[in-house]
Parts: sequence; structure tokens; C-alpha cells
Amino acid sequence: MTVLDIHPTTSAVLADPPVRRQRNMGQFLRWLLLFAGGIAMVMPIVYMISTSLKWPHEVYNINLVPDEPTLENYLYVLEDGRFYGWFWNSLLIATLTTVSNLFFDSLVGYTLCKFRFPGRQLVFIAILSTLMIPTEMLVIPWYLMSQSFGWLDSYWGIMFPGMMTAFGTFLMKQFFESVPDDFIEAARIDGLNEFQIWWTVAMPLVKPALAALAIFVFLGNWTAFLWPLVVTNSVEMYTIPVGLSGFGDEVDVAWELIMTGAAISTIPTLVVFLIFQRFIIRGVVMAGLKG
Amino acid sequence: MANLALRNLTKAYGKTEVLHGINLDIQDGEFIVFVGPSGCGKSTTLRMIAGLEEITSGQIIIDERVVNNLEPKERDIAMVFQNYAIYPHMSVKKNIAFGLRSSRLSKPEKEARISEVAEILNMTSLLERKPSQLSGGQRQRVAIGRAMVRDPAVFLFDEPLSNLDAQLRTQMRLEIKKLHHRVGNTIVFVTHDQVEAMTMADRIVIMKDGHIQQIGTPADVYHRPANTFVAQFIGAPSMNMLPATLNGHQLQLASAKPIEIGLNADTRREVIVGVRPDDLILSSGEPLVAGKVTVREPLGPETLIYVETPGGEIIAKADGRTPPEVGEHVELGADLENLHIFDAKTGVVMS
Repeated sequence: MTVLDIHPTTSAVLADPPVRRQRNMGQFLRWLLLFAGGIAMVMPIVYMISTSLKWPHEVYNINLVPDEPTLENYLYVLEDGRFYGWFWNSLLIATLTTVSNLFFDSLVGYTLCKFRFPGRQLVFIAILSTLMIPTEMLVIPWYLMSQSFGWLDSYWGIMFPGMMTAFGTFLMKQFFESVPDDFIEAARIDGLNEFQIWWTVAMPLVKPALAALAIFVFLGNWTAFLWPLVVTNSVEMYTIPVGLSGFGDEVDVAWELIMTGAAISTIPTLVVFLIFQRFIIRGVVMAGLKG
Repeated sequence: MANLALRNLTKAYGKTEVLHGINLDIQDGEFIVFVGPSGCGKSTTLRMIAGLEEITSGQIIIDERVVNNLEPKERDIAMVFQNYAIYPHMSVKKNIAFGLRSSRLSKPEKEARISEVAEILNMTSLLERKPSQLSGGQRQRVAIGRAMVRDPAVFLFDEPLSNLDAQLRTQMRLEIKKLHHRVGNTIVFVTHDQVEAMTMADRIVIMKDGHIQQIGTPADVYHRPANTFVAQFIGAPSMNMLPATLNGHQLQLASAKPIEIGLNADTRREVIVGVRPDDLILSSGEPLVAGKVTVREPLGPETLIYVETPGGEIIAKADGRTPPEVGEHVELGADLENLHIFDAKTGVVMS
């Protein structure tokens, strides 16, 4: 059916039907592309939930709806005492790292943005350039550092590389650019010291950025796998992703249990995201890079 | 309240000097306005007084105390910014109270001070509002309130009215002036608007390119401008500038009869004759200049007429009811005492 059949009275359509049809075609293609993208995004989550409801013998069956759905996997994971420990580890590490990032990234971002000192640009570029180094390259130096500090298999060892990030510093610096200098100078005249100005004047004005950074950092640490895997040895120190990867034995991977653990561990991130999503969108739009 | 003195104040960014030795004495309770075009150094001077810019050389003295090396908070000053600088995340009351954060007053004393300021500024009913719920004029009043609450020795205003519309600007101008009468603190006010300067100041400091051009009362700078820059900067429309020569007492303007004036030049000198549009009179017996009317601008009670003369285009004021027609030949004269004679080379006044 063409558009003409649907809206035969629209004068614009009557005046120039081919143009209109072309435009609708473009719109349709756009929707199709977005729909395909949406499906691609949602599929892994759907498949994760689907697998978590399957019996082990059905795991390699591609069907989305299990033949015999079961909650047995959930019971198994929740009854396995180790999962709570991993959940706690992940929560503690992600929370502490987030708080640390909010504090230090914004402090450094503010300093780089609002103070004029020799070498300021150089420091900023040096910080930014660390964004170019992949984590895989840093794991060995981090490991050696942890070893010499005696931090292997400890919370401190898991957390220290992410306590402050170049990305967070950059994000906060960009946001502080939007805080007018007049505000800072007015506070200076009113007798506040520089730390008080940062805390009482500048920080409340960049709350959206702080919320966005909080989500970025929390999600990043919640799902971090490589470094926690490398730095931890004992099962008690595992985080959720590391712990989940250990389900199964040497011969077989228990995908249904991994997917169950993953599904459960998604809940906190989902809650955090739903609460702060409007902030994260603004944060991404304003930062303009890296998700 | 306090005296304020600037002694040989200079400011340089790298090797570029932008302020070249500013000297000024401001009396206790005086309302001083710095005026000048963009880039003349007026805001820089103000920021140096506030302690927001470093001083390259010279001294700033507030109440007999050199404050060069003191932090802004130690100088006993308060500043009102062009963009108000009131914090959007705080209520009006908190914004005003912010000025008292570092004061040693007790809580009830602070509350009393805030109420008093709110009352003076007529803002008592707005105290719980957020700045986003206020109009431009109200925001500006909050900014003034925050400065007032500290009862500083010197108030500094950095173009505080530039963001307001014309009507509100006139109203705020009046309010600030009334406020000054009421509280009596020393005020240093920066603006690029000569009308603001003329209407508010006890004394005006006119600046250009980092130099003070003239310091004087509004009447002084209007009636006795020190040089051609001041003459043209103050007053709207600007003073007319006519090239002429002075030989002895004889002043010769282009294509007009020589005029006998009080000034005397031993040798023939090139001069510029300045005459305000208000001082030019139509159809005088002894015309100073004559020419054809090219444009008329009716303003109601009077009409501005642009006249093409051999010495260049000049502006005169004519009666609003019966102004000359465009194309009409007019003759314009002036009282000799209203002529300003400037040296053509230096631009400095001779009379």
C-alpha cells in the first residue's frame, strides 16, 4: 500500500507523490536499521536469561524458549555461598572506586581547568595520553607493582589502578569549563579558600557530570574481568565476573550457571542505570567520546 | 568606609604593558566611575583593586594600608559582577548569606543582617526562591545584596548593568545611586556607558589605552574636557570637531569669517574646534559654519540635523516642532565661551 492510498486528501502528497514516497522509504530504512541495532543489543540479554532457565543438556540448543524452563540454576547459584562473597567484593570495589574517582578526577579536572600554572597544558596532555595505552599492556607492570607493595590478592590490589582515571579527569575538566570564572572569583572575594570553592561552589554545578562519571566508573568496575582475574588468587577475593568464569570444571563450562550469575549481577547495574540514565545521556553527549 | 589610593599602578602581561602608571585618590564615601572603551584597562584596574589580578608594579592602598600582597578576602572589599555570579544551586537567602560565611558574627546577628539587606533591596518575599525563578533585575539585586551584607570598606561594581534591558538599566541605576546615598560606602563602578557614568558618579575617571585621560565631576568632564578623546567620548551625540587655524587671536574655520577669541597663538597653529551639538544655534548673526542639511533625526522635543560643511559633517540640535528641511541651507553659530579649542597635534585642550 502506498502513502497515497492512506492519505488521499493531503495536498502535499497529491502535489508531489514520488518525493513523498522517497522520503518514506528513507524513513523506513532508518527504522529498519535502528530495529536491527536494537535487536542486536537486546539479544545477548535475552539469550542470557533464556540460558539461565535451561537444564544443562539444553544449553547448546539454540532455541530461545527452553523446552523445560527451570529455576534450578538460580537456586544453585544463590545456595552456593561463594556468590554472596563475590557480590559483596564487586559491590565494595565498584563503590569505593566510584567515590575515589568522583573525588580525585573532579579535583584534578578542576585544577587543570581553573588554575593557570606553568606546565598546565603539558600535564593535561600527559594525562590524556594515558588513554591511548591499552589495559592489556598495563597488567604486567600493575602486577609487579602490586607484588612489591604486597597488595596481591587484596581489595587494595584490585582497586588501585582504577582509583583515578584519565577519562574521568578529562570529563570533569570539560564540565568545569562551563562553570563561569565569576562564580569562583566571587567566592574568593567572599573569603572561601580554594578547596571550599571547589567543594561548595563548583561541585554542585557539575552534578550531572558527577552522576554520569559515577555510572561509567561503577559499570566499568562491576564488569572488570582481566585485572581482578590476574591480581586475585583466592576464591574469597574474586569479583563476580571472575567468580562466574570459574563455574564448571576442567572439561565442561557450566554456561547455565554462568548466565544465571550474570543475570543476577545485572540487577544492580540496571537499577543504577535506570535511576541515572538521563544524567548518563547528558554526560555522554557532553563528553563526546568513550562509553 | 574607606579611602582608596592607587599609586603608579601598572599591569603587564608578559612584555605587553596594558596599564601605564595609574594614579588616583578616592575619598571616603565617594562614588567613582571608571569609563572608557573596551580594552582601556578599566576592568583590569578594578580587578587589581579586588585582588583578582596581580599587580605588576605600584601600590594599592585601602585605608592607609598597602593591600598589594593581601588576598581578596583580606582587603575588606565586595564585588558585584557583570554576570551577577549568584549561585544557581542556592536560594536567594543562601546566596546573600554566602557573603557572611567567613564573618565572625553570631547566627542571630547574621540573620538580622540578611533581613536588613533584604528589606533595603525590597527582596524579603523572594528569599526562599532560586535564582532561576528571578528576573534579571532581581538577580542583580541579589548580587548587590551579597556584597552589601558584608558591609565592606569598598564596593566594586564591574559593569553590573550591561546585561539588563534599557528600561531596567535606568531603574537599577537609580536604585544603586539611592543605595549609595543610604549606605554611604565608597564605590568604584566600571562601565563603558558614558550615560551611566555621567548620571551616577561623584567623579568620573575616563580611561583609554591604559592611561587616565581625565578625572573630574560629570560637569567638569562634559564642560571642560581635557582632550579630544574625552570631548568626543562624553556626551551624545558626540562633540563636533572642526579643523581650524589659530593665528594670534584670529580663529579661522574652513570657509567662514575669522573669529576673534581670547586665546593667543604666537605663530600660526593648526587647531581643532570642538562644539557640542546643543551649543550650535541656528540662524545666528555671525555663523560659525554653514552647509546643507543631509539627514534629520526627530527625537520629539528636538531634532538632530546632520549638516554637510566644508570642514566635514557636523551634528546640531534644532527645535522639534519646526526643524529645517533636508536639503535646506543652514547657518550655525555658537557662543564663543562654548567653543573648545584643542591642539591639532596633541589633542590637548588649549582653552
